[in-house]
Amino acid sequence: MSLAANVLLFGRVLRASGMDVHHGRLLDAVRALEWIDVGNRLDFAATLRALLVHDRDDIARFDRAFVLFFRAHRPPRPGLPLFSLGERPRVVAQPTAGASVRAEIDDLGPASTAPARAVGAWSAASVSRTKDFGELTDEELERARLLLERVPWMLSRRRTRRWRRASSGAADLRRLLRRNLMSGDVVDLPRRARREAARPIVLIGDVSGSMERYSRVFVHFVHGLANSATRVECFVFATRLTRITPHLMRHQGVDAFKRLARDVQDWGGGTRIGEALRTFNMRWARRVMRNGPVVLLVSDGWDRGDPSILDRELARVRRSCHRLIWLNPLLGSARYEPLTRGMQAALRHVDDFLPAHNLNSLEQLADHLRALPARTRPVRWRTRPRSTTWT
Amino acid sequence: MSPTPAGKLAIPASIDDLQQAMADRQYVAARALTVSTYLALRLQRPLFLEGEPGVGKTELAKVLAAVLDTELIRLQCYEGLDISHAVYEWNYPRQILEIRLLESAHALDPHAAERELFKDAFLIKRPLLRAIEQTRNRAPVLLIDEIDRADEEFEGYLLELLSDFQITIPELGTIPAAQPPIVIITSNRTREVHDALKRRCVYAWIDYPDAATERRIVSAKLPGVSARLAAQVTEFVQELRSAELYKTAGVSETLDWAAALVALDRDQLDADTIDETLGLLLKNQEDIAAVRGERVRAMLDRALTRSADS
Repeated sequence: MSLAANVLLFGRVLRASGMDVHHGRLLDAVRALEWIDVGNRLDFAATLRALLVHDRDDIARFDRAFVLFFRAHRPPRPGLPLFSLGERPRVVAQPTAGASVRAEIDDLGPASTAPARAVGAWSAASVSRTKDFGELTDEELERARLLLERVPWMLSRRRTRRWRRASSGAADLRRLLRRNLMSGDVVDLPRRARREAARPIVLIGDVSGSMERYSRVFVHFVHGLANSATRVECFVFATRLTRITPHLMRHQGVDAFKRLARDVQDWGGGTRIGEALRTFNMRWARRVMRNGPVVLLVSDGWDRGDPSILDRELARVRRSCHRLIWLNPLLGSARYEPLTRGMQAALRHVDDFLPAHNLNSLEQLADHLRALPARTRPVRWRTRPRSTTWT
Repeated sequence: MSPTPAGKLAIPASIDDLQQAMADRQYVAARALTVSTYLALRLQRPLFLEGEPGVGKTELAKVLAAVLDTELIRLQCYEGLDISHAVYEWNYPRQILEIRLLESAHALDPHAAERELFKDAFLIKRPLLRAIEQTRNRAPVLLIDEIDRADEEFEGYLLELLSDFQITIPELGTIPAAQPPIVIITSNRTREVHDALKRRCVYAWIDYPDAATERRIVSAKLPGVSARLAAQVTEFVQELRSAELYKTAGVSETLDWAAALVALDRDQLDADTIDETLGLLLKNQEDIAAVRGERVRAMLDRALTRSADS
């Protein structure tokens, strides 16, 4: 086989292993063979890498595949065991809103006999809205899940830097000139205003042992949220922080939970909130804290880590987001006082400290998010944030 | 390099030539990066550079413009970047003034007015339009810097521009590029740039250099730094990069720091000097507080041991 044919075959192998290889770049690679010294293995590899890879995360996989494929200049025949190159099924990155999710829900047996409701219609009939999540039976849990999938998450909006036509606002000079050109005088004054967009949401959830009772519901809550129109980034932690956004996108419905449980190794272990937030700030904040997000931190505050780390890291999260909301399932209990050292440290930094123990509280969270002010308020230091006791 | 006719860029004949030409201009590039750059020139594809801040992405565009002996046109991206800042804008005050002038001369003909007002003289050309203008006789280097700061809408526009290199202005018509520019797009990867854009490009990920390469960069850029100081500085920065920090030091920070040490007349590192000048390497108060003192001393010890070995 000629080298060109091998390059084309190699491209197919990469594609089969899940990489996004563009036809045009593959042809470029063949063209490039005449400009480089193909005897120089490093240059040859660099050429193929530059043209066939366009994501840093694929570089390592490319390098492994290259070594395997061009080993001893004897390319394997087609029929190469692709899984050895890390074959994975191509997945659709975007969830298809609506159809498939709903279909799955309708197949769920007992619960699906309930009449289909308009999105966002809350039913008090099938499951008590004030019953604590920790006390739900399996059947009630399933119903709660259906409801959570349909919470109308209307998120607060932020002003973008882009313009749209408007009936009031700043004068739109370009349109003004074009419209009034003929008369030579200003007859009509067109205006423009900033466009608005939904705020992204960053959700950081505690899945440690003490949260186990709530984690079951939490997953469905996250899933419903991820199906809203805005960008949702999701992380879970116990002792270690794991990003689960890709899972939310790829595996719809019931599967998601099982996969999460398997992937998040420390599901059910102890909690180190401060360390988890530290990892978040170091590794992820720069990439996910764009465009003034609302950060939802779901935890009961039973922290075994160092409170001073939690204090420092939470302050940092607060400085880089639009609003920091702590959802605590324990706050639903009338007797609960946030006395753990972790909670004490945290309360100075959070904007809202809200309960999240039953359907009612989540419904009110939806209202709260909808009503958030559009502009970022200056950071204010408080000894005690506004905490609402909902029934 | 052989002389080429006007209007044509002199593209180095081989990868080695390009590497040498860049080295002559004090740019030390990893071989893989040179290969990517060379292919982008040969294939006339945009070069997409990704990497942490301060690894020399923008610098590569500047050096390339110098190597090719052509103009560098830079578009710095930011959120909300739109047509009127990236491509063109009409000069409204001058247009309005022109209307008044025509009026006072009683020369305002409503039918001719459109032609009079929307002509080249009233057009403010922004970087993208300047890059494809017909008036130039050789292709410029167009640097689209930090595209991850711009929003997705701008990527869509760029995709269109990069596929046919022409710009349509409704009032004037379509302006095709006389010489398609050499396009370099950089990203700090604060968000994922859309695949559709990336796969049209030759892709290169620039990593932090290893100690030996970084030492060569320091020596090339700052001839005033002694070999001993250069070795100590780069080894210390390598130590710093392996520590857990919010924001670590890039090559540009290394260079700033080395220059500062020379300005302070230091020809070797000591812990107190590092403590005093740490602000040139780390730009985050928490990071500085975390390493200053004990940790700096430990890192310095290891760095000095290694630099003595090399």
